[in-house]
Amino acid sequence: MQKKTAYSFPDEILEHVFSFIQSGKDRNAASVVCKSWYEIERWCRRKIFVGNCYAVSPTMVIRRFPDIRSIELKGKPHFADFNLVPDGWGGYVLPWISEMAGAYPWLEEIRLKRMVVTDESLELVAKSFTNLQVLVLFSCEGFSTDGLAAIAASCKNLTELDLRDSEVDDLSGHWLNHFPDTYTSLVSLNISCLGSDDVSFSALERLVGRCPNLRRLLLNREVPLDKIANLLSRAPQLIEFGTGTYAAELRSDVYSNLAEAFCNCKDLKCLSGFWDAVPAYLPVIYSVCSRLTSLNLSYAPIQNPDLTKLVSQCPSLQRMWVLDYIEDSGLEVLASSCKDLQELRVFPSDPFGEEPNVSLTEKGLVAVSSGCPKLHSVLYFCRQMSNEALVTIAQNCPNFTRFRLCLLDPKIADYRTLQPLDVGFGAIVEHCKDLRRLSLSGLLTDRVFEYIGMHAKKLEMLSVAFAGESDLALHHVLSGCESLRKLEIMNCPFGDKALLANAAKLETMRSLWMSSCSVSLGACKMLGQKMPRLNIEVMDEKGPPDSRAESDPVDKLYIYRSVAGPRFDMPPFVWTMDEDFASELS
Amino acid sequence: MQGGGGGGSERGSMSTVSRDENMVVSSEDSSCPDEPGLELGLGLSLGGGGGGGGRQGGGFKMHHVSKGGPYARILTAKDFPSSSSSSSSSSSSSSSSSSSKANVTAGTKRTAESVAVAANGSSQVVGWPPIRAYRMNSMVNQAKVLTMENRKKETSMVENSTIGGYRNDGNTKLKKSTFVKVNMDGTPIGRKVDLNAHESYEKLAKTLEDMFLETAPSVNPSGSTALQLDMLNRMTRHSKLLDGSSDFVLTYEDKEGDWMLVGDVPWEMFLTSVKRLRIMRKSEATGLGTYAYIHTFPVLSGALPKRAGWSRHSDRRHHPDMTMNSDPQQGGTSVASGRGGTNARCLFRPI
Repeated sequence: MQKKTAYSFPDEILEHVFSFIQSGKDRNAASVVCKSWYEIERWCRRKIFVGNCYAVSPTMVIRRFPDIRSIELKGKPHFADFNLVPDGWGGYVLPWISEMAGAYPWLEEIRLKRMVVTDESLELVAKSFTNLQVLVLFSCEGFSTDGLAAIAASCKNLTELDLRDSEVDDLSGHWLNHFPDTYTSLVSLNISCLGSDDVSFSALERLVGRCPNLRRLLLNREVPLDKIANLLSRAPQLIEFGTGTYAAELRSDVYSNLAEAFCNCKDLKCLSGFWDAVPAYLPVIYSVCSRLTSLNLSYAPIQNPDLTKLVSQCPSLQRMWVLDYIEDSGLEVLASSCKDLQELRVFPSDPFGEEPNVSLTEKGLVAVSSGCPKLHSVLYFCRQMSNEALVTIAQNCPNFTRFRLCLLDPKIADYRTLQPLDVGFGAIVEHCKDLRRLSLSGLLTDRVFEYIGMHAKKLEMLSVAFAGESDLALHHVLSGCESLRKLEIMNCPFGDKALLANAAKLETMRSLWMSSCSVSLGACKMLGQKMPRLNIEVMDEKGPPDSRAESDPVDKLYIYRSVAGPRFDMPPFVWTMDEDFASELS
Repeated sequence: MQGGGGGGSERGSMSTVSRDENMVVSSEDSSCPDEPGLELGLGLSLGGGGGGGGRQGGGFKMHHVSKGGPYARILTAKDFPSSSSSSSSSSSSSSSSSSSKANVTAGTKRTAESVAVAANGSSQVVGWPPIRAYRMNSMVNQAKVLTMENRKKETSMVENSTIGGYRNDGNTKLKKSTFVKVNMDGTPIGRKVDLNAHESYEKLAKTLEDMFLETAPSVNPSGSTALQLDMLNRMTRHSKLLDGSSDFVLTYEDKEGDWMLVGDVPWEMFLTSVKRLRIMRKSEATGLGTYAYIHTFPVLSGALPKRAGWSRHSDRRHHPDMTMNSDPQQGGTSVASGRGGTNARCLFRPI
């Protein structure tokens, strides 16, 4: 019998096998096995994720993957969320849309994060991709409701429109009217970021009423509470719902209508919104509480005991976002009631206050870590921490994948021993072997970085602020963290040595951000000359770097690997340190 | 946070001061000895100051200032400029006697921006705590609502306003997102300012002047006194932007897309209608609408020829002068227009 070898399979069979491989990483791995696999794989790849829109050019993507149906792009660095990246930095989606318009007429899904999206881009999307089903604009900006109107008018197959956390110029609430009367395919709508006073409510009601598949509806703050009942009654099939303002004068008819409406939503599992919530109307959701898996009260100024009472009624909670009004006592109740809890985020109600306004300390987090065995993702803002607490938390929750601790005073020591928090965070990385994301804060020396380099082998993203004492710290991280993809650093005394010594490491990472550190211009130039596959971007709002000495520290530094070379759309305050930089200046 | 301007001696003195501060806070000596065993892969050793513990001085000073600064929820006129002054004076004293104009301005600029972020008067570091702007804005509004809620409980009277009109109830109005963008002609970098952190046009204008207009403080070797005096002058003098003595005027875009001179309408009305701000050259501000003109004579406003340089949002992206915020993918050319200077992007790599 003839022995069949791998390369005698017809392409169709390999393609069929590849169709079961969804993950981008696995597909990338398959594509480097041999040339024929590369070819087959690239023709049948349908979904692509570009973590940094400047790492590759749209032309290159199109050339390699001729038939993409779903694309996800990310633009600005993460610290842009905290106002560290000035306006005009970049992250424009238009070049991508322009090129994909011709190449991918069958594109179905566009997901963008931290990108600048103009009305022109949206109009081009509407015109070019008639089959568009999913449009997600996460933390984007630059567009107005005019652009949304264009999408509404043209995308007849749209199922998901999600504007999460985006900054939208609200020109008119009437963009919703642009969804034609024949349009009924909406499944998910998130307009929570919109601020317009006149979200044409009647248009919204009609839209909700005629879309029987609507499962996810997140309203904006401007929708008043007395309109919710009516809306919900048109969409009792909702799984996820976000209210608008959750405050109103207490009226029995409004109250009972709301209660009834919520009660009729038998599939409701996720609730959010609750802006300005008043305790009086909380009980209307009690009928839903036992089913709730996700509850976002992070915009609700509800305090204990109302808050605790609500929490105690939600035994199925898996994800809880809340303000620190919950206090330690409320977290203890959460720990005893919600055994399925996986993700907890506690935001500060008064981050700039000098004195604590609530009694939320490390004890709350310890309680949750002890009571909730499935907890794996934490974002916690508080004002005090101890090494002992961190060690306890680490031992309680070895399954952490994401751990972000933000002490409001960024250099505060262990409040009990006045020691740095090195040991505590060290315990986190040592016990939590699957940790992928870590944010540090508090008083931290080089030691914590030694621990991180030693233990955090699966760590992919590290955020550091006001920590460390010397370059050794940075060196530990760059040389020890094998899986590191994103490193962002602000206000740390890290300079040239560690960066230059680990230059090769930077090519294995997506990006490195350093602001208000001690990296000199000369080091940046050297990196630019020696590492052609890295884009070294220096950001300085005071003037061109050539006006200062080589040893002067740069204000902001953003390094990322790229096969597309330096970008062309930099604003005047961003300079790229490529080979030509030095010669052009002289 | 200090800019990097100035010579080596300045940096040296900065790191000395910062190291001292580090020692005060942490029990360990935070000075940086040479690290043994670190190989320089690229084989070049650069200036020695790089690895030292100097650079966090700026953020650190902010920290100290916030510890001693006034704690107040409601921002008063005194709080606002004095936070700027204490930060500036501390930054100038750390930079030794030869504080350059660039340093102080940079410190002030950064301070102004960071202070603008905090709604309650304490100066903050940009980027800390790491909370998204969207959430910050919601919190500002919440503080007002809580105050209102408490007031309601005290009076134990239920408003007779309709539920929908809850928002329009006098001075307990729910305000929308309070950060607005500000651009200035000739400056490529836009900023954001928190309108709710100001109570009047004067205060807003002063913040903007601090942010954008380089006013050189009179610096002499006795440092802080002169700066305080200058701050006092700044507090008491009238805003140049508002009284017409500057080369620039302050304008804003209202909800209808019209550009108006700032200052014509009552402050509260301004807050509800402003969408963004622009510090415009006087020469370009001819024919600008004022509230009275546009809104009292709607018929006439429709018949007016389009004001030079200004157009509705949807048209703006096509206008070459107006591309600061929208359509930046035209690259550096749009920003350079109107500046009259050399295009700073001489590092443009040829395609």
